[in-house]
Amino acid sequence: MKRKCDRCDNEATVHETTIKDAQQVERHLCENCAREEGIVIQSHAPINELITKFVLSKVGGGTPEKRAGACPECGMTFADFRQQGLLGCPACYDAFDTQLAPLIERAHEGGSHHSGKTPRRAGTGAGERQQRLMSLRKQLSDAIAAEEYEKAANLRDQLASIDRPAPTLKAQRRVSGASGGNGGGSAPGGSGGASGPREEKA
Amino acid sequence: MSTRGRNGVACEWLRGEGRDSDVVMSSRVRLARNFAGYPFLSRARREQRREILVVAQRDIMEGSLAPQMMWIDLNELPALERSVLVERHLISKQHAKGEEPRAVAISSPDERLSIMVNEEDHLRLQVIRSGLAVSEAFAQIDQADDRIESQSDYAFSAKYGYLTACPTNVGTGIRVSVMLHLPGLKISGEIEKVRRAAQGMSLAVRGFYGEGSEAVGDLFQVSNQTTLGKSERELLTVFETNIIPKVIEYERVARRSLLEKRRVILEDRAHRALGLLRSARLLKSDEAMELLSCVRLGIMTGVIEKVDPAKVNELLLTTQPAHLQKLLHRDLDQAERRIERATLVRNTLA
Repeated sequence: MKRKCDRCDNEATVHETTIKDAQQVERHLCENCAREEGIVIQSHAPINELITKFVLSKVGGGTPEKRAGACPECGMTFADFRQQGLLGCPACYDAFDTQLAPLIERAHEGGSHHSGKTPRRAGTGAGERQQRLMSLRKQLSDAIAAEEYEKAANLRDQLASIDRPAPTLKAQRRVSGASGGNGGGSAPGGSGGASGPREEKA
Repeated sequence: MSTRGRNGVACEWLRGEGRDSDVVMSSRVRLARNFAGYPFLSRARREQRREILVVAQRDIMEGSLAPQMMWIDLNELPALERSVLVERHLISKQHAKGEEPRAVAISSPDERLSIMVNEEDHLRLQVIRSGLAVSEAFAQIDQADDRIESQSDYAFSAKYGYLTACPTNVGTGIRVSVMLHLPGLKISGEIEKVRRAAQGMSLAVRGFYGEGSEAVGDLFQVSNQTTLGKSERELLTVFETNIIPKVIEYERVARRSLLEKRRVILEDRAHRALGLLRSARLLKSDEAMELLSCVRLGIMTGVIEKVDPAKVNELLLTTQPAHLQKLLHRDLDQAERRIERATLVRNTLA
């Protein structure tokens, strides 16, 4: 049912709620009376503008990292995921858990929690280590892109202390050289054991 | 990569040996894994992909897996060789394409274990074995997985298990698939029964080359579709004690029934196929597969004697376009391939 303006017979399209002396006061006015009462009214926005605003508030806009609702690690939004069908990084599972959980449950025919093999390292702070590794690698990548080599070297040291040394450019060259030929390459040279420490040269 | 053996075949899984190999061609298990601390590949920059490649190569080629593994940088491999790997089921079609940094490590010489690096996930491990050997394949892949994990952290969460780029693989990240030769059920018109039984257990039935492919040569793959909520062991049990023995039994009953009630039809079909294969001067790829399937059925039911089943299995692979060109050391257009395919088949089955 349409509500009438408190002051005239026109339809009330402006609704104001104020709290005065701990009392809730509601006013329902037509646009003309509202203007006379000094209420600032924004003109009606076109519907597509409203939709755009709504979508942006849900899926974000602007730079990837700053978009609302984006994964804090990789900047992917849920809308990106819907389009590609692939997530951006492990942290996306946390970032979109609310939306993903029902999808995952449907895809796995009711399965909602993992059952089965667990990495031996899990449960020994691996989760936190994963987060820290991800964050440090991202910073490292940014530092290299910005040619901040001192910062990059520092980050690389931190990475090395958490897990293993990040591959150096030198190491990359050695590896790609070893895999040359027509694909018949065997193990690259180097004396590293399964998990022995390696020399780190930034 | 080098190929070995007669006609350059080294695929252990095509030998047609092992348990229930009259019906089961091969058993395959794959695991999807991602290294912690890196984005998935859809968000990875080229240098990050390269870094993942370096980490994977170190974990695979400098660790305890190294002695049996051969590393192949796919950007350095000619297109024909990549197609050969696809036909051998060692890499996916998707992995064969593109220019991004990616690789595959293959156990040599048996080619049972292969690890695709930078496909949809950072790592896709696969073990493929002849006959029904799902548990054996899992044991081998589990060990390889442990060895990699002893060196690097995997992306893992307590709730969702192994985290994968596509949420449909999350959890165990496992896909078990068994390739079955079901000509008896095809002839008796009962294939749909298998499809329905499999679907009722969250399993999919697909063709020879997996997703979206047709079941050429009466070869079907049965594989799981869900990976979350059910442990690896539970899934293996479904395959080994439930669905696969049931399908094997259906197929054997259908073959027995053909032998008893429609023997002449079976004999005619098998010998006609053998005759065609031994005489044809032009053979299309799918036609060769269909005929080889009939001959294989004839051998397995005893209506064809004195033809080595291993040769028939081998031809299923060597008559494929890339293998044919590899064998002849030159590029062949479609018309030339038909001629050379027919020649190869005639010579092999003479």
